[in-house]
Amino acid sequence: MDTVSELIKNLADQHGRSRYNLLPILQGVVEQEKYLSESSMIEIAKELEIPASDVYGTATFYSFLEYKKMGKYIIRVCKTITCSMKGKNQVLLAIEDMLKIKVGETTLDGTFSLLQTNCLGFCHKAPAMLINNDVFTDLTPEKVREVLSQYLSKKQEGGQNGN
Amino acid sequence: METNHQLKRADFIFKNENDWEEVLKKNISRLPNELINELISSELKGRGGAGFPTGLKWKLSAEVDSDTKYVICNADEGEPGTFKDREILSLVPFKVLTAMAICGYVVGAKEGYIYLRGEYFFLKPELNKAISEFEQYCKEINLDFTIRIFMGSGAYICGEETALFESMEGKRGEPRNKPPYPALSGYMNKPTVINNVETLAHAYTIFTYGAKRFYDLGVQYSRGTKLFSVSGDTPKPGIYELELGMSLADFVNDFGDGDSKAVQVGGASGFLVPRKRFAETTIGYQGKLVGISLPTGGSMMLFNSSRSMFNVLDNYLEFFREESCGQCTPCRVGCQQLLKGIKAVKSGEKSTQYLDKLLTLAETMQFTAKCGLGQSVANSFSSIVENFREEMIY
Repeated sequence: MDTVSELIKNLADQHGRSRYNLLPILQGVVEQEKYLSESSMIEIAKELEIPASDVYGTATFYSFLEYKKMGKYIIRVCKTITCSMKGKNQVLLAIEDMLKIKVGETTLDGTFSLLQTNCLGFCHKAPAMLINNDVFTDLTPEKVREVLSQYLSKKQEGGQNGN
Repeated sequence: METNHQLKRADFIFKNENDWEEVLKKNISRLPNELINELISSELKGRGGAGFPTGLKWKLSAEVDSDTKYVICNADEGEPGTFKDREILSLVPFKVLTAMAICGYVVGAKEGYIYLRGEYFFLKPELNKAISEFEQYCKEINLDFTIRIFMGSGAYICGEETALFESMEGKRGEPRNKPPYPALSGYMNKPTVINNVETLAHAYTIFTYGAKRFYDLGVQYSRGTKLFSVSGDTPKPGIYELELGMSLADFVNDFGDGDSKAVQVGGASGFLVPRKRFAETTIGYQGKLVGISLPTGGSMMLFNSSRSMFNVLDNYLEFFREESCGQCTPCRVGCQQLLKGIKAVKSGEKSTQYLDKLLTLAETMQFTAKCGLGQSVANSFSSIVENFREEMIY
């Protein structure tokens, strides 16, 4: 059994196998895999004995449940009004320049994906972004470069340890 | 409506959380009816933005006969410009948990849920820690009440109560038809009390100090205090607790940067108030309407004269277009067409009179959309287009 199937079984054991437990199971898969592949959605449907279209319909409704392959770190830059007024575009350009990807893309090595998102609830510390579940606020191009460098060196250390 | 003649700061929400055990114990030894009456006489209204009387909500649910009932804390804080609920949950979580448990006692519910937006996932570990400590105490005093966190996944519409239930039931977050209202049939079609985070924190204040203390704050129809999330062109962005009923002019005096051109009250789904209307606008729930009275979930976004209102509206409409659940046609198509329409006018592809057609479309959405999202797009759309028509054109 591959690891995703095992993960789905474990999540179903943990949350239950009813239609009502679908969302936490989808979230659990996304937490580990970063996205829901077609095969994992079918697997979940089988596990809960519900139509795969139900799983797909629910999964594609929620913006944090990605269904395209994503990088290890998903960067979500807030694009709502205050962040937009306080220099979100400059932050975005700095990220694009540093990682050599555009919004909606993933770096070739699969480390970072860059997305925009709606209001993160940090308007008083705008601009803000999430990297996976961690929040970064009061961003400037300099600050965002610093943050990303830390992630990059973390990745390199991880590589040396064989992770 | 009366207006407070100055800004009155208050400090209830973020203070004195430490006596929560005592507050819980004291209140669950009172009769449920007594507690409901206390809440009703405080005139606390829902702080999420809609302003439904909280005591009445609890009463309706308490009166329904059912073995299973639920208490849900709505922490799907997604309105642009709102960030107070996160602060409450991180600084004074026990107030919210205590108020949920008191609510459970009053209506006869044994299970509580906090629906936490996906963006606030980082709050979950600390909040879970608070919940275990809380549940431990409930056991000690023989109160049968549990609380679980249910995570959202990035959908603004799930803050709408019936969409939230759908989401908790594992479905797409599409709002239901109302009635039936949640008090009768909510989560799992069982009677459910669903309150905003801040509403529960105020309920805690009321159960600690008594209804009168709360009622004496604010003005007629708008009693008590409210947290305001202040952002935009202001030298002091942040969260402030103020008495309701303040004049917008006083607010701008205090929080503006000296060049405030307009204030968006209530987030993207609220109203844009231009400078010429600051003096006649009061922040509070509508009672006898004299001047303009605006209810709000607390989002106050200030814009100075360097901002283009076209860009502001464009940003809001893009937000709504993405966040519309797509279930009903007025909202799904309306949001797309309003966005397309203002761009077409701006580029000169459509004549300026086209703006009037768009205003009619917004009004149609207000009357025909299924839920608050589609109905409230007209609030910001019309208030911006009517007050800054020239900026939409040139």
